[in-house]
Amino acid sequence: MVEMSEKKTVKVLKFDSSKCKGCLECMKACSKIHFKTDEGGEKSAIQITKQKGKYKMNVCDQRGLCLDMCPVGALYRRKNGIIWLDKDTCIGCQACVGFCPTNSMRKSKSRIEPFKCISCGACVRACPENALELVEEEIDDIKQVVYHKLGAE
Amino acid sequence: MIKGQIPIEEYKTGNTKHKFDIEKLKKKHKILVKYKYKKGKIEKGFANRTIYVNLSNLEIKEKKVTDDMKKKFTGGRGFGLKLMWDSIKPETRWNSEENNLIVTTGPLCGATQYPGSGKSLCLTISPSTDQICDSNVGGFFGPYLKFAGFDAIELQGKSKEEVVVVIDGEKSEIRVETAPLEETNSHILSEQLTYMYSTEDSDKSRQKISVVSAGLGADNSYWGCLNFSFYDIRRKVCRMKQAGRGGLGSVLRDKKIKAVVAKVEDFDGVSNNPADPDKIARVGTKIHREIRDLDRYQCNMRAVGTVHLVEIMDEYDLLPCENYRFGRFPKSSKIFSPEFYKYFTKIIPDGCWHGCTMACAKTVDGFEIKTGPYKGEKVTVDGPEYETCGCGSNMSLWDVEEILEFNFYCDTYGLDTISTGTAIAYYMEMFEYKILNKDRCDGLELCFGNFDAVMEFLHRMAKGEGGEFINVASKGIRRVKDWIKKNKWGDPYLIEECGMESKGLEYSEYVTKESLAMQGGYGLTLKGPQHDEAWLIFMDMVNNQIPTFEDKAEALHYFPMWRTWFGLNGLCKLPWNDVEPANNAETDEPAKVPEHVQNYVDYQNGMTGWNVDKEELILQSERCYNWQRAMNVWVGRGRRKDDWIPYRSMGPVTEVEYQSRKDRYDKQLVEKLGLSKEKVEKMSVSEKIKILYDYRQDQYQKLTDAVYYRRGWTQNGVPTPQKMKQLGLNDSKMLKMLQEKIEEDEKKGLNKWCGIYKKDEKPPSNDPKYWEKW
Repeated sequence: MVEMSEKKTVKVLKFDSSKCKGCLECMKACSKIHFKTDEGGEKSAIQITKQKGKYKMNVCDQRGLCLDMCPVGALYRRKNGIIWLDKDTCIGCQACVGFCPTNSMRKSKSRIEPFKCISCGACVRACPENALELVEEEIDDIKQVVYHKLGAE
Repeated sequence: MIKGQIPIEEYKTGNTKHKFDIEKLKKKHKILVKYKYKKGKIEKGFANRTIYVNLSNLEIKEKKVTDDMKKKFTGGRGFGLKLMWDSIKPETRWNSEENNLIVTTGPLCGATQYPGSGKSLCLTISPSTDQICDSNVGGFFGPYLKFAGFDAIELQGKSKEEVVVVIDGEKSEIRVETAPLEETNSHILSEQLTYMYSTEDSDKSRQKISVVSAGLGADNSYWGCLNFSFYDIRRKVCRMKQAGRGGLGSVLRDKKIKAVVAKVEDFDGVSNNPADPDKIARVGTKIHREIRDLDRYQCNMRAVGTVHLVEIMDEYDLLPCENYRFGRFPKSSKIFSPEFYKYFTKIIPDGCWHGCTMACAKTVDGFEIKTGPYKGEKVTVDGPEYETCGCGSNMSLWDVEEILEFNFYCDTYGLDTISTGTAIAYYMEMFEYKILNKDRCDGLELCFGNFDAVMEFLHRMAKGEGGEFINVASKGIRRVKDWIKKNKWGDPYLIEECGMESKGLEYSEYVTKESLAMQGGYGLTLKGPQHDEAWLIFMDMVNNQIPTFEDKAEALHYFPMWRTWFGLNGLCKLPWNDVEPANNAETDEPAKVPEHVQNYVDYQNGMTGWNVDKEELILQSERCYNWQRAMNVWVGRGRRKDDWIPYRSMGPVTEVEYQSRKDRYDKQLVEKLGLSKEKVEKMSVSEKIKILYDYRQDQYQKLTDAVYYRRGWTQNGVPTPQKMKQLGLNDSKMLKMLQEKIEEDEKKGLNKWCGIYKKDEKPPSNDPKYWEKW
């Protein structure tokens, strides 16, 4: 089941705030992927919020600090570098949700197991303003973050 | 940055691989009885039935958990008390046929969202105290027992052959099987059984097994603990947590049970079927975040576990050194947490149940054993925890590796590190005074700091090769006191007052001399001198928040009740106050951690669908607490004489102790006792000790008066029928028994206050039968 990345890079979402108009089509597309519904909201792994007149995105950057948190090994890095949560193995403890340094591991009311961005690109395709894109990042660069120094953003 | 993100397959412990032929072991198993049951659904935290196994006649039956039982006893330890009451007699002793060994779970046990939710509560009649002992423990057994279908398991009777009891949640059956060839010692036995009973040869499958076992030390002592295993998929090791106190492992082995195995078919985050899973996930995530952001700056549990306490206790003069004579020691920095941190394996989730992000359960992997039967083997040592380090300082072992070795052998032999360490420290002190010597100690040179002698003692005890000393010494301090006194080897005052036991159980590892409230926290307890009921030293001694007897009594009401509550639910106490919200200090009652209390209110409501508030939580405990005290009365204990504590825990027994804190004591003689400075300076140390002794004994009696009154008990410590009725406990057999005991005490003139009250002082009540008006 567990595949480890041999790849050195991973696709990560980038957001251009200046282009975003706040239509939230990305979130609707995301909830379609995860929950087969286009209601968006808490069922979306990508979250767009308006803060001080500017749109901000919060989404997993695939750094993988959660990997060491999982007591049952439900989280692992796939061959393509993406951090993957295996729903069947997950026992719903929320440790990864609580310890995510960017608060990007999501939990919806409709299910005990969390979910997260899998860099599938559905949101990129859904965005009418081209505010989102997937870019390749070096895994080693994004891993170097220590959780305790980062609270909620 | 320490390297993280290692794939699970690639973790290496460096441990010695055990080789055993599982098929050969299995072939020798004979199924003595098999009981099929229908798997039910767990509803709002309850499986709604318990399972009863009798090892003598091999009867196995299910018992229903009624709504009335939940209302009165909540769950967990409360259920255990109810089952004990129904199954034993007042004459039942630890090795009686009808003694019951119970493992219970509790409604919140097995939830994964809130840290510390995997505790089992074990109860039995203890060999050390002859009354009920309860002990809580982590590991996977409790949750798996519940997910297999039961809120509790009772083990009554005694087997003729060595057996394993298997609760097979996959096949929905309970089996009692003979197990003649397996090892008895836990670190090997739990591995053998985990491999034997797992369905597939995979880590995932092995993680679905939990083994409860003891070891050869438990066979030959009163200090037997129960090891609860939890398979670690990264280390590939059956790690263990201990139900340490009170000799539960000795009872398991007396029943000839090698192990109890629980196997779960499958479970997920909502296997408890909570009334409101989202509510639980919300409070759980909140506390996970708190731990993420604050633990490093508070207790540092995630990095070093409870050993962070060693340096704090040393700083405040509370670390027990050389049998509690001193509270700090020049060598103590050698066992401060940074020393252990060097050995601990890092960056692995260390919770003893899933979702515990407090993760205090540290290990040292690939540790090479230096003595005894496993010499040369490389093993995983679970721990040490603070208490085990405190045993190190008590025995004057100031070396991390010595403490690790002591820890490893205590665990695998199934010995409680606390009782073992505290007792040996006492023997060492007696050795120093020449009350004991090499001849009297079966050739052991048991002086402070002699690691080799300590290990030799353990190995010979485990082999059952004791002489008279080892045989008596392994029964604990109380028996040794009587043995030394019988032989007239020394001053009875020293022998009695230096040995840190109360009710027959050894003390855990805090120096309580300068905190009266904490003396009560150890003495005015149900099972014996253990800090799990109250830890008031800082409130009392450092912050002076509870100056009067009434204040202390209120604290000795609230905190024991509050801490009892965790045991009713299958929870660990640590996430309550070993991490605190950032603004906790600004709240009305920081010692109670109000925000976390509210978390627990939400948690219990979210699970059970009840609608309770924080006062109701205390009431839940009060019912069980009084029930347990009443049962202690029933078995002939639970009175003021049983709440006696040795003077070593109250003040300086010897001159060297007085001298070590001379300024403090001299000042107290002037300020508290009104002696003049000049007089104090002229007095001899022994005179001053005597005056302080009388004063502090009286203080303890006054505290006892105030606490009994606050708890609603008679002056002799018996819960009154009026109090029981008030709590909604109407068991007529119990009410009648209590009335009779109170009348007996009355005839003996024991229903009286025992503090000496001067003109300007008042006992808690002037009415000798104050309780009758409630």
